[in-house]
Amino acid sequence: MTDATGPIKAADGRPLKASLNRALRREKMRALMLIAPLLIFVLVTFIAPIGDMLFRSVQDDITSRTLPQTVVALDGWDYDSGSPPDEAVYEALYYDMFFAAEAKKHTALGSRLNYETTGISSLFRQTGRALDDMGEDVIEAMEDNVEALDDSAFWAALFLTEDPVDAGNANAALSWATSVADEPVRLPEGLQMSVAGATVFPKAAAQYVAFAAFTHTVDEDVPAEEDPWESVWIAMAQDTSDAGFADRLANYTGPGAAELAPLQEAVAAPLAELSFQAAFLDQDEDWADAEIWGTIQAFSSPYTAGYFLTAVDRELTPAGAQVVEDDVKIYLKLFWRTLWMSLAITFSCILLGYPVAWLMANLPDRSANLIMILVLLPFWTSLLVRTSAWKVLLQQQGVINDLLVWIGLVADDGRLALINNATGTVIAMTHILLPFMILPLYSVMKGIPPSYLRAAKSLGATNWTAFWRVYFPQSVPGIGAGSILVFILSIGYYITPEIVGGTKGVFISNRIAYHISSSLNWGLAAALGTILLVVVLALYWAYDRIVGIDNVKLGG
Amino acid sequence: MGLPPYATFGQRVWYYTFRVLVGIILFFLIAPIITIIPLSFNAQDFFTFTPEMLAFDPEGYSLKHYRAFFGDEGNPGTGLLIGLGIGVAVFAALFFMRGSKNVLPIIAGAVLGLIIGKMWGVEGTEWMTPLKNSLKIAPVATLISVSLGTLAAIGLSQSHVPFRRAIMAIMISPMIVPLIISAAGMYFFYSRIGLQGTYWGVVLSHAALGIPFVIITVTATLVGFDQSLTRAAANMGANPVRTFFKVQMPLILPGVISGGLFAFITSFDEVVVVLFVGSAGQQTLPWQMFTGLREQISPTILAAATVLISISVVLLVTLELLRRRSERLRGMSPG
Repeated sequence: MTDATGPIKAADGRPLKASLNRALRREKMRALMLIAPLLIFVLVTFIAPIGDMLFRSVQDDITSRTLPQTVVALDGWDYDSGSPPDEAVYEALYYDMFFAAEAKKHTALGSRLNYETTGISSLFRQTGRALDDMGEDVIEAMEDNVEALDDSAFWAALFLTEDPVDAGNANAALSWATSVADEPVRLPEGLQMSVAGATVFPKAAAQYVAFAAFTHTVDEDVPAEEDPWESVWIAMAQDTSDAGFADRLANYTGPGAAELAPLQEAVAAPLAELSFQAAFLDQDEDWADAEIWGTIQAFSSPYTAGYFLTAVDRELTPAGAQVVEDDVKIYLKLFWRTLWMSLAITFSCILLGYPVAWLMANLPDRSANLIMILVLLPFWTSLLVRTSAWKVLLQQQGVINDLLVWIGLVADDGRLALINNATGTVIAMTHILLPFMILPLYSVMKGIPPSYLRAAKSLGATNWTAFWRVYFPQSVPGIGAGSILVFILSIGYYITPEIVGGTKGVFISNRIAYHISSSLNWGLAAALGTILLVVVLALYWAYDRIVGIDNVKLGG
Repeated sequence: MGLPPYATFGQRVWYYTFRVLVGIILFFLIAPIITIIPLSFNAQDFFTFTPEMLAFDPEGYSLKHYRAFFGDEGNPGTGLLIGLGIGVAVFAALFFMRGSKNVLPIIAGAVLGLIIGKMWGVEGTEWMTPLKNSLKIAPVATLISVSLGTLAAIGLSQSHVPFRRAIMAIMISPMIVPLIISAAGMYFFYSRIGLQGTYWGVVLSHAALGIPFVIITVTATLVGFDQSLTRAAANMGANPVRTFFKVQMPLILPGVISGGLFAFITSFDEVVVVLFVGSAGQQTLPWQMFTGLREQISPTILAAATVLISISVVLLVTLELLRRRSERLRGMSPG
């Protein structure tokens, strides 16, 4: 690049190499600028949704979200011991459940866990209704001896403050409440948790803050005008049993110090009898069942393999992944059916498409174009139209059965069941996907010189040998391309199987749609979709290897 | 591939058998579509040919399913007159200014006027409201995918594009991923961001589905585009925008239009995604047909199908004409 005068310069005096590099960079930038809007559009409207689906297939935070304290308390419990967890777990469950029931979130959790262990849904629903009555002896004792507690404003004065000096950090209580309520809750503007109140009644203060924040944010009421939930009362009673409570109360100078003096003595007796475990078991004996607790524990992590296990007919039990019973095994069977029916469709497409493509490739252009139009017309016709056509034609009283009866092939009372089964799906989908086989086959066959066949024949090959040994091997890339295309399209089909497939001819896609819109098990739908997506992408990769995505042609 | 005069008897038999075989396959392809056209004129509410129809008795045929499909709402006549008027005015203006004898404005004006007039003020009817929704969604989705897609295809066809394969793969992906998976993902994600059940949610999802078709057709047209033409234009002092509209665009227009037609038909024919992303307010024609087929199938669906078949025939012919024009422009013989 150099000679006596130094590096070659461009017209503006820069070194030529740098100048060229700059031009190249600018060209790259310009190309990227043109591509960027669409790339961002596709990323947001399409790739992000796919990512969301992949995420949902493993995300399962409803248990840890709705029962945060229970999940933590349950951590030390061992399912294999077979015994119910200890009192601390039931206590955590009481507070979690109480709040969840107020926020009406416990039924959603119940339905979610019911997918795994039947009966949990009704257990949660019934228990949710009975929570108010738990520990009513304690609450009665409090009402009888500390009359100030009947006043909603008294509670607010005790635990909330406008004084910045007294303001305490309520983040733990608020994040717990946010988690259970599944929406951000906060205290009314200007109000804070009172440090003085929280020092004397740590548990009750946390419960009250959660109650107040929920009342303010979700119910949109003023906390000081609403009676606190029973759980707050119970928490206050529990606080009195702490060692050192008497001293803390003695040091307390805030509002209500005098009124609260008789509290400890009054609740001591009923509190000693209060057992959360007993209360839950009293409600429903299933709460002693290790299976229930095992299920809660197994699904307590925010991420789960459970949906994928369900998608392959396994289940995540407390004792680990296990194969489900035979009568509820459906998914592997469905995947298997999707695969073999797609193969059957692909095979019929090859069988029907090959002769047509061959004739098209070997006819003069004018006649070939005519056939091409006959192939393209169905290709261009609305999918719904073709599906409705088959639905109409294949009916028991439809044209095809009428024709068969008229010819005499079948008796009038023995009309064939061509619809709402696998036959219907295969016939209709072969018709719908046939153009996708013919078009790539045609473009490959068009490139095979006819002289090869003539050469083979002049060398003494029979027609069959010439075709099988010379022509057919050269057309295999076309068969491969068409087959992968048809196969990819058919394993993801939804509309046609849904309409002509009945129950015996549906695909995995129909199950996905069912879980999204009817059973509302979105996680399972996402897991099934993810498996299907992986299969399709693998096939697509193979297609790209064999044909190259740039060679995809539309309409010949 | 004629039959040589020296062909043996066996060869003759095979020759004709093979053609009959291909004929039967082609019959299998076409017959279902053709059959429902006469069935849509059935005077009865049956899905098969009645004896009257087979006897070509005029009594056996009627337009009642079409009347049920189109209803009598809207003002097609007024719309047609107004559209025709505007079309004639545009034609006259072009004729006097440039001497153009192109009658396209008149045809386009009449057709658009008829459609808009028919759709005007239609609310809550069984078939026309879904058709109206389809016509409100598909053109906007097509516009988005064509404008973004054409720009990106031009960018992709430049010689030095980093990550070309990866970008191409991302843009083609809506065509590869099974619709049910796209629909599921969009349903989940659009619910999160508040687009689920809205008009724009459906439009954006349909635009995403149409993009691969635009990219593929426009890229294919650009392969035959002579880049030295843009350099020549720049050499003569045109800026990139002017070069684009005056030189590049007219030459790739056939590809852009056929890509647009593909995108339009994708949206117009799409049912899986709209089932999940849309709500009752965005019920499209395919959705209505799908509901009809799944629940209470009524013969009106055959009239709807026949109308859609006519639309696809028109689109197919348009595409074929565009393809021939494109090849003529590039100096290839049509064929």
